[in-house]
Amino acid sequence: MSNIAITDTTGQAVPAKPVVKSFAAGFVSRLVILVPYLWLLFFFLVPFIIVFKISLSQTAIAMPPYTPVLDFRDGVAGFFAGFRDLNFDNYAWLTQDALYFNAYVTSVIIAAISTVLTLLVGYPLAYGMARAPATIRPTLLMLVILPFWTSFLIRVYAWIGILKPEGLLNQLLLSLHIINQPLVILNTYTAIFIGIVYSYLPFMVLPLYSSLEKMDYSLIEAAKDLGCPPTAAFWKVTFPLSLPGVIAGCLLVFIPAVGEFVIPDLLGGSQTLMIGKTLWNEFFANRDWPVSSAVAVILLLLLIVPIVLFQHAQARAQEIER
Amino acid sequence: MIRKALWLSATSALLTLFTVGGHAEDRVVNVFNWSDYIDSSIIDDFTKETGIKVVYDTFDSNEILETKLLAGGSGYDVVVPTGNFLARQIQAGVFQKLDKSKLPNLSNMWDTVSERTAIYDPGNEYSINYMWGTVGIGYNTKKVQAALGTDKIDSWDVFFNPDSLAKLKDCGVYVLDSPADIIPAALKYLGLDPNSTSADDIAKAQDALLKVRPFIRKFHSSEYINALANGDICLAVGWSGDVFQARNRADEAKQGVEIGYSVPKEGAQMWFDQMAIPADAPHPAEALEFLNYMMKPEVIAKSSNFVLYANGNKASQQFVDKALLEDPSVYPDPETIKKLYTVAPYDPKTQRIITRTWTKIVTGQ
Repeated sequence: MSNIAITDTTGQAVPAKPVVKSFAAGFVSRLVILVPYLWLLFFFLVPFIIVFKISLSQTAIAMPPYTPVLDFRDGVAGFFAGFRDLNFDNYAWLTQDALYFNAYVTSVIIAAISTVLTLLVGYPLAYGMARAPATIRPTLLMLVILPFWTSFLIRVYAWIGILKPEGLLNQLLLSLHIINQPLVILNTYTAIFIGIVYSYLPFMVLPLYSSLEKMDYSLIEAAKDLGCPPTAAFWKVTFPLSLPGVIAGCLLVFIPAVGEFVIPDLLGGSQTLMIGKTLWNEFFANRDWPVSSAVAVILLLLLIVPIVLFQHAQARAQEIER
Repeated sequence: MIRKALWLSATSALLTLFTVGGHAEDRVVNVFNWSDYIDSSIIDDFTKETGIKVVYDTFDSNEILETKLLAGGSGYDVVVPTGNFLARQIQAGVFQKLDKSKLPNLSNMWDTVSERTAIYDPGNEYSINYMWGTVGIGYNTKKVQAALGTDKIDSWDVFFNPDSLAKLKDCGVYVLDSPADIIPAALKYLGLDPNSTSADDIAKAQDALLKVRPFIRKFHSSEYINALANGDICLAVGWSGDVFQARNRADEAKQGVEIGYSVPKEGAQMWFDQMAIPADAPHPAEALEFLNYMMKPEVIAKSSNFVLYANGNKASQQFVDKALLEDPSVYPDPETIKKLYTVAPYDPKTQRIITRTWTKIVTGQ
């Protein structure tokens, strides 16, 4: 192909060199684009295909605990013969027990509520940071990132010490005579929300901050000059302009929160039925790798929808900017 | 400057690679055992005596160990799964048969234990007992005294009787998140066969557990150690050794928390942690030497004295601390041992019923 193109161009007596050069430049730029695609291929697509394949297999008491394995032990023919044993039975199984549906729904609801709460806490924080004097902004930013220096697990564990019946929070409230019975917070949904909001707050604040910081505040001044009250100016100017940050922040919180396992396990009660725990049960307690893979594939599909919506919104936002 | 540093670190990395390769004849054994489960001086002594270096790694749940083993190529030479997990793993072809001619110390083992471990590993062909214990009731003596008017618990009734557990609800009850340990206990309390796989019996056990479910704060398989030790809860159905760990931590903290442990008189489940060699172990000869060393009476007694569990080595009992040997919650008397039961591993179909029943009990769904 490329050879033909060059002879064609030389045939037309156009100097060959610039064409070759631009072709080479195009090749390099394509190569640069190739890197993220290769990354996606190796770290997303290949693992996904493996998980998807296991979800079509059956459990077996063997090493690994499913069949068919699809390897070349019986030659190429054996590899292809294995495909005949793959089927969608495990997906059918997921529809037969309401447990899985309920777990998905509960996870989405818990993640959605947590995302809204994180937004409510994170927005004022990000706004305050963006409006702070430029000299202290790096320090504030640092403070938001600082908790990442301690293990996530330890930080969640610390909340047990704060929220438990004899914990720091109850001791404080009791000594201030605000309550006279210790509050039961640990092992409830409230504790899960607190844990998720606390853990994911930086993921909300950082994108919000970056979109709010870029905002041109003369727009607000203009709105005020034209007689717009501050609240209306916020909703008509600031909030719409920060929308990309809001969407990015919400997705960064919502997506990991749906599959969250550690926070509900440590802070939530046993009655909390979330998909992460269900997946763990299938994988470790039932040793059913195929069903747990099917649960994971469905979870992925569930999460891809909001991501596609986000992409769509971002593409539209870019068009508007142009 | 940076480039130079990078170059230096790269070459030194290569160098270490070659030196490791050069010492390939060094003898090594890779051991994967439960956390806090050995007196570390045993490992040093083993290396001194045999010249075999021990790479010691720990895990904290059977499920994690099993997943590593089933995925294959774990690289471990000695692993320590619990009986019912071991049984399934043997079926899956995870382990290699032990060459008993290399294990002369097998003569030290205790037949009372070996007879029972044969349920999981017929003929004890693949494994050797490391430690064993019971599933019983751990409790905060002062809080239970305040709630029930007695600090002596000797029956499952305190847990399965809704009237009595209701009194303990406020001070906190934790239960193992492990159906294979709790459902048999419910069956035993109901006078049924703890090994029953009949759906009717399992449903009866479910009813018994649902009756007390409102009074249980949490199902979790490790958090109760801290919760008991800190005085956050007053009762936990758990593994003997974990409760003893809680007791020791409470003693160290000196906050006035006292922990008791009871093997209920109706009978309790026995569990066995078994040492075995994976089929793909890179150093099987060293693994056998390690197993044989661990069966030396004074060695395994040292381990028992440190971790406070009973072991399956009869000859070691003369070296076990007297207090431990005479503690009925660690080494129950022969009468009680007769009442202890073992639970055979579930087939995949029963396993699914058990797990589903458990989800219903735990989450109410």
